[in-house]
Amino acid sequence: MNGIHDMGGMHGMGPIVRDPDERPFHEPWEGRAWGLIRAMGAFRRPGRRKNFRYEHEILPPVDYLRMRYYERFIHVMVMHLLEDGVVTQAELDSSKPDPAAARTTPRLTPAMVAEQMARRGGSLRNDKVRVRAKYRTGDRVRALNINPVGHTRLPRYLRGHEGTIVTDHGVFNLQDTDADGYALGERPQHVYTVRFTARDLWGDQANRRDSVYADLWEDHLERA
Amino acid sequence: MEKRSKDGIDRRDFIGAAASGAAAFVTPDLGQAQQPSAQDLGHQVVPSDPALRVKALESLLVEKGMVDPKALDAVADAYETKIGPRNGARVVARAWVDPEYKRRLLTNGTAAIAELGYGGSQGEHMTVLENTPKVHNLVVCTLCSCYPWPVLGLPPTWYKSAPYRSRAVIDPRGVLREFGTELSDEVEVRVWDSTADLRYLVLPERPKGTENLTEEQLAALVTRDSMVGVQKVNAPGGPA
Repeated sequence: MNGIHDMGGMHGMGPIVRDPDERPFHEPWEGRAWGLIRAMGAFRRPGRRKNFRYEHEILPPVDYLRMRYYERFIHVMVMHLLEDGVVTQAELDSSKPDPAAARTTPRLTPAMVAEQMARRGGSLRNDKVRVRAKYRTGDRVRALNINPVGHTRLPRYLRGHEGTIVTDHGVFNLQDTDADGYALGERPQHVYTVRFTARDLWGDQANRRDSVYADLWEDHLERA
Repeated sequence: MEKRSKDGIDRRDFIGAAASGAAAFVTPDLGQAQQPSAQDLGHQVVPSDPALRVKALESLLVEKGMVDPKALDAVADAYETKIGPRNGARVVARAWVDPEYKRRLLTNGTAAIAELGYGGSQGEHMTVLENTPKVHNLVVCTLCSCYPWPVLGLPPTWYKSAPYRSRAVIDPRGVLREFGTELSDEVEVRVWDSTADLRYLVLPERPKGTENLTEEQLAALVTRDSMVGVQKVNAPGGPA
């Protein structure tokens, strides 16, 4: 979707603010939030799911910009808890468990944490199928001019621009979704690093030596 | 137009219903949007509202038997002490002292990084980008916050912030200048937008005057920001 999250090339967002002593979690609650997200992931009900990033992208822009990073994640987690019936609205409102609800046991234990960290996570690579690559290194391609309302990995600032295939990374499942945030299907296809010159993207204001490299699925490209 | 979910939970309804308790952190506080936000400042001095809300949520989920607080301690501890830029710094230092390792690192980043014991979530497909006197690489995720966790840990706030994400692709030299990195017009700048599953680590240039340092001493010089590509590595005691 053409949302606030797709901000490559925008102006007016202000200076980059840095904290020289920045720690992974600014405040303890951020670490707790990150832990809760990991601990509760195991309680997600199996089945057809909306794309996680889509659920962030549909936040109203003013909230997306205002909310802190872990606040957005917690927001999405709570939506999942409610959707899956893991907690009720009444429980959230009162912060007290429903006395009628069955008590369960944690699915993330301290011992599992280290093991979970080391595991290959949500890789989208699909090594099960053989798919022929449509493009080769050096081929000229154009990023499609598409404006889907669902989640897409083709940023706005690249659409309609020509670039050159630099690397073929093999076969990955497409992440783009339908208008409601559900995956369009596995659609395994090659992902390529594509080089766009900065001048092609931004005009004469850009340095003629500079370029942007983006990783794009075959569905995002056409032959130029 | 308001997007409605098909699962019977409408975001607005949900937000409207969430008046207090653990659910309240999703309530948009529109008054706050007019003021400089915590996000702008990077952090807050006083305990923030999300802090109270996350606390309420944690106690609810603990009481329901779903969360072991010790597991949360373990997650926070892992990101604070085990997974972080010191891992990436070791990779960089090894590449500086061992040309054969550097060759493997640039050819197959994932495998070479795994040689030092690093890998896992958000590092499944690593590409290492070598900075040279002629080419400067810079990494961004314009759409989100993609970042190579096993070698750099969780991303800093500035990396996830709108100013960096919006400007890195259109004005990389301006962004670099904000980080104190001045590049000559003759240097080629390559910006890598992490739009898919590939994750990028910059191999910064080894500073001059470090020929006698050990691998460990070299690793101590390597900063997180140099491995994202917004800064260079300085020799001990000042800029290279």
